[in-house]
Amino acid sequence: MKVTADQNKCCGAGNCVLLVPEVFDQREEDGIVVLLDEEPPEHLRAAVREASDMCPASAIAVHEDT
Amino acid sequence: MGEPMTITSNPAEDRAADSGILSFPMDRAAGCPFDPPPRLQAQQQEEPLSRVRIWDGSTPWFVTRHADQRALLGDPRVSADATRPGYPRSAPSNGRNNISFILMDDPEHARLRRMVTGSFAVKRVQAMRPAVQKIVDDLIEEMLAGPNPVDLVQAFALPVPSLVICELLGVPYDDHDFFQRNSSALVKQSLSVEERTAAHGALLTYLDDLMGEKLAHPADDLLSSLVTRVKDGELSRNEAAQMGVLLLLAGHETTANMIALGTVALLEHPDQLARLRDTDDPKAIAAAVEELLRYLNVTHSGRRRVALEDIEVAGEVIRAGEGIVFPNEIANRDAEVFTDPDHLDLGRDARRHVAFGFGVHQCLGQPLARLELQVVYSTLYRRVPTLRLATEAEKLPYKHDGAVYGVYELPVAW
Repeated sequence: MKVTADQNKCCGAGNCVLLVPEVFDQREEDGIVVLLDEEPPEHLRAAVREASDMCPASAIAVHEDT
Repeated sequence: MGEPMTITSNPAEDRAADSGILSFPMDRAAGCPFDPPPRLQAQQQEEPLSRVRIWDGSTPWFVTRHADQRALLGDPRVSADATRPGYPRSAPSNGRNNISFILMDDPEHARLRRMVTGSFAVKRVQAMRPAVQKIVDDLIEEMLAGPNPVDLVQAFALPVPSLVICELLGVPYDDHDFFQRNSSALVKQSLSVEERTAAHGALLTYLDDLMGEKLAHPADDLLSSLVTRVKDGELSRNEAAQMGVLLLLAGHETTANMIALGTVALLEHPDQLARLRDTDDPKAIAAAVEELLRYLNVTHSGRRRVALEDIEVAGEVIRAGEGIVFPNEIANRDAEVFTDPDHLDLGRDARRHVAFGFGVHQCLGQPLARLELQVVYSTLYRRVPTLRLATEAEKLPYKHDGAVYGVYELPVAW
């Protein structure tokens, strides 16, 4: 799994940080998403998919391994 | 509620005689204060994408399904700009009571919103937990030392979020009577446009004066940080005051209603209340908060948008310039997403609710709302285990006429 987070789209609602703090954080100054782990380990992947689904700004994309 | 509901409104009468188009807003059923109007529930089943007639006679689109609401609210071709023709306002406006960036589109919306989102970031808010816990504990002790019964709205539900947002913004809590009264008037749709504009103007002047004081004596608070941006030329003084009004209003009115109405809902569902009272598992408490947000959805006047381009959805085409209304409370009762949706179940995974809206305008204060509700719901009923309504739930004064649903008054005893 490869994750991308688009800082231009992000609206700083924080859903992703609440769901998977191991993978997502927010910038101190404006709450915009910071991606901590582009290739999250197996046990976090379901939560990362949920974060992508829940993102109100569609800023998180998940690319599954093929 | 669990019991079968009494439908007092005749669905046929909800339709305008001449057109067959439903009127919005609709009435809730008597005896079912927590459920969306029966006509709204029927609409989701029968015609999930339709049109409704609103106060000005216009007929915007009406989107009731969870999936369609998410798709459209997240679509950049859908605008929140209330100055555009076709935007379906929830009440008459003279254009002078618009509240900051919630009625703007990107890039202006993002520019302004990003000036404050840092203060509501998840970790920043979580660091406030001990302070919020202390506010809640102190208010409960004060309430227990006072008259019994008491109005929980005035004694607890309003003070909790007001004290928290005052601290964060740097607004003196001593002014709470003033800003609570005017905030409440601003969202009360049964008031005239003049009355609402006067309330908005009073808040705007108040925030502007406060910013003048912050300019002279900066402190470590959000208003001071906005004043710094004004000094640096990033923000006009009026934009800053508008943002102050938005944060102060949104920071207490919605959460206060969730606290009061949530308490009524829990007292009326003793099995669920027991579940909450018997746990100290933060995950279970967080899940309970999400479920109460889903179930109660206190922002019940429908989110409003206007299409910028033709958009295909659910087999129809919404044309550019047409208005769209999204009653989020019914999306949160969509059986496609939530099993047995009219049942309050604190153990369910309710996180996909749209109580905070969806799209780039989704509530920016949601981490703070969650924190306050988690602390309140996990403390109040444990500390006051005998808490009960001092009147019947059906007799409570529900806010049918507000943009935010709840109760005007909540007499409780213990």
